Amino acid sequence: MADWVEACAVDDVDEEDVIRFDHGGRSFAIYRSPDDEFFATDGFCTHEKAHLADGLVMDDIIECPKHNGRFNYKTGQAKGAPVCVNLQTYPVKVEAGKVMIQIA
Amino acid sequence: MAGTIKRDYSLVGESTRRAIETGLASAEWYHTDVPRRTMKELMQRSDSPAIRDTAIWLGAILVSAAGGVYFWGTWWCVPFFFAYGVLYASASDSRWHECGHGTAFRTRWMNDVVYQIASFMLMRNPVTWRWSHARHHTDTIIVGRDAEIAVMRPPDLLRTALAFTGILDFRYSLPALARQAFGKLTPDEKSYVPEMEQHKAVIAARWHVAIYIATIALAVFMQSWIPLVLVGGPRLYGTWHMVLTGLLQHIGLADNVVDHRLNSRTVYMNPISRFIYWNMNYHVEHHMFPMVPYHALPRLHELIKHDLPEPNPSMWHAYREVWPVLLRQLKYEDYFLKRALPPTARPYRGEFHEVNMSAAAE
Repeated sequence: MADWVEACAVDDVDEEDVIRFDHGGRSFAIYRSPDDEFFATDGFCTHEKAHLADGLVMDDIIECPKHNGRFNYKTGQAKGAPVCVNLQTYPVKVEAGKVMIQIA
Repeated sequence: MAGTIKRDYSLVGESTRRAIETGLASAEWYHTDVPRRTMKELMQRSDSPAIRDTAIWLGAILVSAAGGVYFWGTWWCVPFFFAYGVLYASASDSRWHECGHGTAFRTRWMNDVVYQIASFMLMRNPVTWRWSHARHHTDTIIVGRDAEIAVMRPPDLLRTALAFTGILDFRYSLPALARQAFGKLTPDEKSYVPEMEQHKAVIAARWHVAIYIATIALAVFMQSWIPLVLVGGPRLYGTWHMVLTGLLQHIGLADNVVDHRLNSRTVYMNPISRFIYWNMNYHVEHHMFPMVPYHALPRLHELIKHDLPEPNPSMWHAYREVWPVLLRQLKYEDYFLKRALPPTARPYRGEFHEVNMSAAAE
């Protein structure tokens, strides 16, 4: 059974931005979209080991800080070279001002 | 001691093995601390600066081409083709670069369109070069890993001088495109282009070759050199500015280090060169933060310069500084120019750097 884990407070993430969340030896990226929804993906780019939390959120895209590879952080879809492998996404819910992610 | 082993610049050789073994490959690189909110602001994308600059660029290309053709057969065509060549074969390099990073425009397709046009102008396969540049950012001037080391050690000064004419690049680029069009990638290319992308490189090469064949056919049909002077030819007579500015990015500096402050160079340049070069003279800043668009690099420079080596005040200054280093490298290839960090700068990864620094010119 997958667990819901508290990742951060709602206010920890600016609108159209991303933060890093480490848990259980793994690293995740928590996004807040321009329309105030929250999303979560694996923290590291699938191309090379760069943390996406240092990247740039534009609309529904996260751009990796190292080689500018782009993913749709809502679906995890890789949007073209230099990223070819999709990102793992995770279910997210907000409860009492906390952002919770479901980690398998 | 470093330097007792000859450098092997192939991407599948002894230096490659050593770089992977020692942890130089795909290493963590130094970054100056910049608050997240400030960095986010610097990284912001906008279409308008690049649309303005691209309109000026393409407009100037059309005007200079029209002038060159109009005055064809007289000496008056020379200044027009001088400008056309630089715009075609030098300014395209920075457009290729910035649009390849996807930072010039906010809108993705605009980056892609300009990237494809600029790649064609440069006779660069847009697929293989996208991947070689990704590798250049992962392993900047790491011998055996970086596919874009312009001047290897010991330096071949004749080859470097000829680069200003575009002759060697021309001689390499066209056969490379032809080879790729026949479906052949070299082991080096295969080392940085993922298998699933390799067929795209072949298709892109076929498009480029087809356009060059059509240009030659048009020239024959018209019984005129004009098509070749306008398409492909500028790679010979207009490359000099790209080489003049681009060589300074890393030449003479340390290799096999994981700190861009030590292997990259920021040079102050005149506004015309900066327009042609799209601010890539802020090269340490670009490598440290490749997400920052060209128009924000001067602001980034102001923000982090306290942590960087003193920039060269001019291209002339930079070449004067590097010339004796190149001459010394002819006899002693480990010699290099050590960039002095300011006293306030944070040092980084001594285990890689202290050994290398033994051969440095202070």
